[in-house]
Amino acid sequence: MAMKQSIGKRVGVTILAWTVAFLIFFPILWTFITSFKSELDAIAMPPKFLFFNWTLENYAEVQSRSNYLKYAFNSIVLSVGANILGLLVAVPAAWAMAFAPGKRTKDLLMWMLSTKMMPAVGVLVPIYLLFRDLGLLDSLWGIGFVLMLLNLPILIWMLYTYFKEIPIDILEAARMDGASLFNEIVYVLTPMAVPGIASTMLLAIILSWNEAFWTLNLATSNAAPLTAFIASYSAPEGFFWAKLSAASTLAIAPILILGWFSQKQLVRGLTFGAVK
Amino acid sequence: MKVLVKALLGAVALSSFALPAYAETTLTIATVNNGDMIRMQKLTDDFTKANPDIKLNWVTLEENVLRQKVTTDIATKGGQFDVLTIGTYETPIWAKKGWLVPLDKLGADYDVDDLLPAIRAGLSHDGKLYAAPFYGESSFVMYRKDLMEKAGLTMPEKPTWAFIKEAADKIADKAAGVYGICLRGKPGWGENMAFLSATANSFGARWFDEKWQPQFNTPEWKATLDYYVPLMKADGPPGASSNGFNENLALFNDGKCGMWIDATVAASFVTDPKQSKVADKVGFALAPDNGLGKRGNWLWSWALGVPSGSKKIDAAEKFIAWATSKHYLDLVASKEGIANVPPGTRTSLYKNPDYDKAAPFAALTLESIESADPTHPTVKPVPYTGVQFVAIPEFQGIGENVGQDFSAALAGTMTVDAALAKAQASTTAAMKKAGYIK
Repeated sequence: MAMKQSIGKRVGVTILAWTVAFLIFFPILWTFITSFKSELDAIAMPPKFLFFNWTLENYAEVQSRSNYLKYAFNSIVLSVGANILGLLVAVPAAWAMAFAPGKRTKDLLMWMLSTKMMPAVGVLVPIYLLFRDLGLLDSLWGIGFVLMLLNLPILIWMLYTYFKEIPIDILEAARMDGASLFNEIVYVLTPMAVPGIASTMLLAIILSWNEAFWTLNLATSNAAPLTAFIASYSAPEGFFWAKLSAASTLAIAPILILGWFSQKQLVRGLTFGAVK
Repeated sequence: MKVLVKALLGAVALSSFALPAYAETTLTIATVNNGDMIRMQKLTDDFTKANPDIKLNWVTLEENVLRQKVTTDIATKGGQFDVLTIGTYETPIWAKKGWLVPLDKLGADYDVDDLLPAIRAGLSHDGKLYAAPFYGESSFVMYRKDLMEKAGLTMPEKPTWAFIKEAADKIADKAAGVYGICLRGKPGWGENMAFLSATANSFGARWFDEKWQPQFNTPEWKATLDYYVPLMKADGPPGASSNGFNENLALFNDGKCGMWIDATVAASFVTDPKQSKVADKVGFALAPDNGLGKRGNWLWSWALGVPSGSKKIDAAEKFIAWATSKHYLDLVASKEGIANVPPGTRTSLYKNPDYDKAAPFAALTLESIESADPTHPTVKPVPYTGVQFVAIPEFQGIGENVGQDFSAALAGTMTVDAALAKAQASTTAAMKKAGYIK
């Protein structure tokens, strides 16, 4: 089939793919470029693309005003920690749903997904009150726990589709050999599902990294991640576009690098189930 | 083993008794991201040197994020903050609910009577001050002297709306990319509705009558929009329905606007050669009127208050007294130059001849602030306070809805009459639901 494709068609598809990719990437590129402009160049009309006085002063200003490393550390702890906690719950749950489904498993899966459909602000006050009474406001543990709950439906759904791909015969063979349930999950299922678990976790880390509503509302200073760092550079009165761009570039840099190195797993994770 | 445990417990108990003697008080201060606030963060050494037992922990956030977060915290008495940056909208509402501590321990040398009366009134409830002003602003006309001269006109110090229309028509040169006038159009209670509510006051309109009945079906509101929409269509920039403060500031600083009516705080931006191409060509005038006794200027102040959930009220008041004192103004003047002093809070600043010299817009800023009266904002009597807003908790929601309708009228997706009818209907429904009217 592929042989029959004309060169013209292939060139066309390639150009189209590059154009779409460029359009999607453009806002990030523009943010990156703006972060090296002076505030006056940042608002210039028509926009200046490459020919302006490149300056690092925005990065210097951002460094002097806020402790980037503290925010970045909190972001890493929250996104990775929340997902490790999440996997501890999600792996057994997905195992049960994939290999020992009951009458209501499908309904249960849909119900879990439905929690993602509710606007978060609807439960802000109850959760805030709980956190206040438990002393969890502005703590990494508390916010990590909320992030875990947020991502749990996605973790379980993705793992469930992965586990469904694994032939149950292999697990049965392990059972025949006398493996306990624990051994079956840890030594047989998990190694086979490592690529799936890895890409699930990567996606969930990116989702937690970008989560702004809960992190902004529940964290104040000690547990504040990079979302709070960016929010401190935006202003409705006065110009902070270049500084905001510098802060945004710093905030997305770690996750961008992680994404770059793991793009293979990510793509596999996202298209899994669609292509077989 | 048991002995060890006992010894450890004993040590813990002892240290917990010993702790208060060395304890530092850490104040968590929630603030907005603007030039004056950032400057204050750099100057706090002056405060911590005098108060070594108080540590300051800053939480800077974008205005709308801050408002949401601080409102959640104060409504649930979460106690995450000791000092809050709030505006003239929140202060009277929160004070009435008992969420704020009255500021009566600001010290003998604080000189409360030096605060500008209009600003002080906006931050008080039942005669008590609940938040101390850090800076204050009104709104006025900023215009290009060169373009005005080219059009053969002279801007009076107290222009009328008719003059503004005439000047905008004559200055506009769309082929050259110069628009006669730039005004807010972006929907939002603090965006287009701030400008339009203040403007409506000068047209004799009001949000509600004495019985809380919405007034969008009155000829005064229609006259306001019938002035604003055609003016912007003829002489305004394209896409004005998505322009807020920053968008207009960018247009003005880029030399694209003949006139701009907005916050007095913008004066220091448009005259700053570092960010404005037209810094030396800007003139100022009072907000326009229609001869009805009210001008179209608003009143706003960012102020510092203490939530009643805070456990460090004394230290918090000490900090607020420092940040809003005459001493702080002197400190900024000596370190950063007198033009950078936070404006609009104290009478004494405007009596200082050095300030008048350094800030050419000082006298008009003061006159604008003083002429705005949050307790009597309109020509006809009203049951509410607030110039460009109505100080009731429901206003944020109502203001957003009406802002959408008026922005749509400016964009041309709705007629003025339809927008007014929709605003009247949605506001009536909201006020009924909230129990103001039956």
